Amino acid sequence: MNVQILKLLAKDARMSISDIATVTGLGEAEVSAEINEMKKDGLIRGFRTVIDWEKLDEFYVSALVEIKVTPKPGLGFEDIAKKIAKFHEVESVYLLSGDSDLCVIVKCKTFQDVSRFVAKELAVMESVTSTKTQFVMRRYKELDVDLEVTDPDDRGIVSSC
Amino acid sequence: MLNYESILNDTITEIQPSGIRKFFDIAATMSDVISLGVGEPDFETPWKIRSAAIKSLERGKTRYSSNRGLAELRKEIANYLRRKYSLSYEPESEILVTVGGSEAIDAALRSIVNPGDEVIIPQPSYVCYVPMVQMAGGVPVIIENKAEDDFKLTAAELKENITPKTKAIILPYPSNPTGAIMERADYEAIEKLIKDTDIILLSDEIYAELTFNGKKHVSPAAVGSLRERTIVINGFSKAFSMTGWRLGYTCGPKEILTQITKLHQYSIMCAPTTSQYAAVTALRDCDEEVAAMMEEYDTRRKLMVKGFNSIGLECREPEGAFYAFPSIKSTGMMSGEFCERLLEKEKVAVVPGTAFGESGEGFIRASYCYSTDHIREAIERIGRFLKEI
Repeated sequence: MNVQILKLLAKDARMSISDIATVTGLGEAEVSAEINEMKKDGLIRGFRTVIDWEKLDEFYVSALVEIKVTPKPGLGFEDIAKKIAKFHEVESVYLLSGDSDLCVIVKCKTFQDVSRFVAKELAVMESVTSTKTQFVMRRYKELDVDLEVTDPDDRGIVSSC
Repeated sequence: MLNYESILNDTITEIQPSGIRKFFDIAATMSDVISLGVGEPDFETPWKIRSAAIKSLERGKTRYSSNRGLAELRKEIANYLRRKYSLSYEPESEILVTVGGSEAIDAALRSIVNPGDEVIIPQPSYVCYVPMVQMAGGVPVIIENKAEDDFKLTAAELKENITPKTKAIILPYPSNPTGAIMERADYEAIEKLIKDTDIILLSDEIYAELTFNGKKHVSPAAVGSLRERTIVINGFSKAFSMTGWRLGYTCGPKEILTQITKLHQYSIMCAPTTSQYAAVTALRDCDEEVAAMMEEYDTRRKLMVKGFNSIGLECREPEGAFYAFPSIKSTGMMSGEFCERLLEKEKVAVVPGTAFGESGEGFIRASYCYSTDHIREAIERIGRFLKEI
């Protein structure tokens, strides 16, 4: 495991092996081996792009669904959480402290699709006692990226200070 | 019409405008330029700091502070300097909050220089030292730092330039534009050399937070007996991305600080109060924000140095500030010509080394206050330019 490589990739998943080698001081072969190892160990799970979908006419609708469940004897929340995670419409599943038990982020094409999915799939699951669906109305920041910032560089071209 | 030539101040009118003004003017008018030319962080001031300023305004904290600066801020500066650089200064009498590091340099020089006093200035270095010494009535004595010495100031060179008239030595490290730093042993050698003199050290440590390769910044004031003769200059611009807030500070022995404070009191009154409240938060709560910025600078630094070397411009590894200072001697061009042609052909702006003194000839300054994508693109273009010429 190499935390420095992870930190670099977390910031820029497209950073080249050669650049990672330059920054870490490792050889390129070594960097490749480390990354492969971390993939194999399940430490690196994927490389995604941060997209501002709202810039498109047709973008996804997301909802944050809080779910209360009756935990199963012996299995706790594990069983239901894993089942929910299997749905294509589900982007993330978290176990929460506080009032709700699970937080599920659902992503669909339309509001109706989300409603239908929550009503027909999530709410009716065995051991789910209640759901609270909150639609995402606007995204301001996603995966550390401030989606609001569009200011151009106003520093000028050259300076001596 | 008035004969302005005869009425204006001789010292000021004789100061030469910067020689590369022409190049800067051309660059400023061009569009689509990829620039590595700016010595100013691209990061915005961390939000916590901005928020503290806003809150201070909401609370109506809009009046003058004491001449020396908010007591609360001076206390934080003392803590910060102790924690970071093992420096010990009394907030009541040995710390003054100024309008940027620039005011501090100016006021410090005017407080110590008598007409005809010599002030040693290592170059290549930031452009303000020579004119400020001249405005204080002093005589600048230039020492040319050399690439083979990693652009450090050596005791040997210093020895050759010290005369009975030497009043002070300016220590601009970590260096803009070379990225050079001074280490403990470098200052110990200087201490040995000047220990029986009255020479003052003016240490401009504005880039102190920006050191790399695990090397922590060393202030001369923390080396041996040098504290009694050192005036430390520092500020918030570079470390906390606070250039526009215009806030710096100076520390030194009470006897010197009393004089600098007098000057500041009459010419400035006090540094901007809003900036001072912001700065309290910067010193108290922003270690993580600063660390994240430093990590990013380090990544860029390594990519830039590798990039220059890979396209055939020899570039030593800078260990401080946020500039690379590659040699362009292999092209046979002078720095000014190189920069003008590069700007014209590939629309990349870098600053000629000669902007920072004649000893900068044969070098260019490239800032890495830019995103890695931006740096990659610029280096690619410079590589293409080298093949075309």
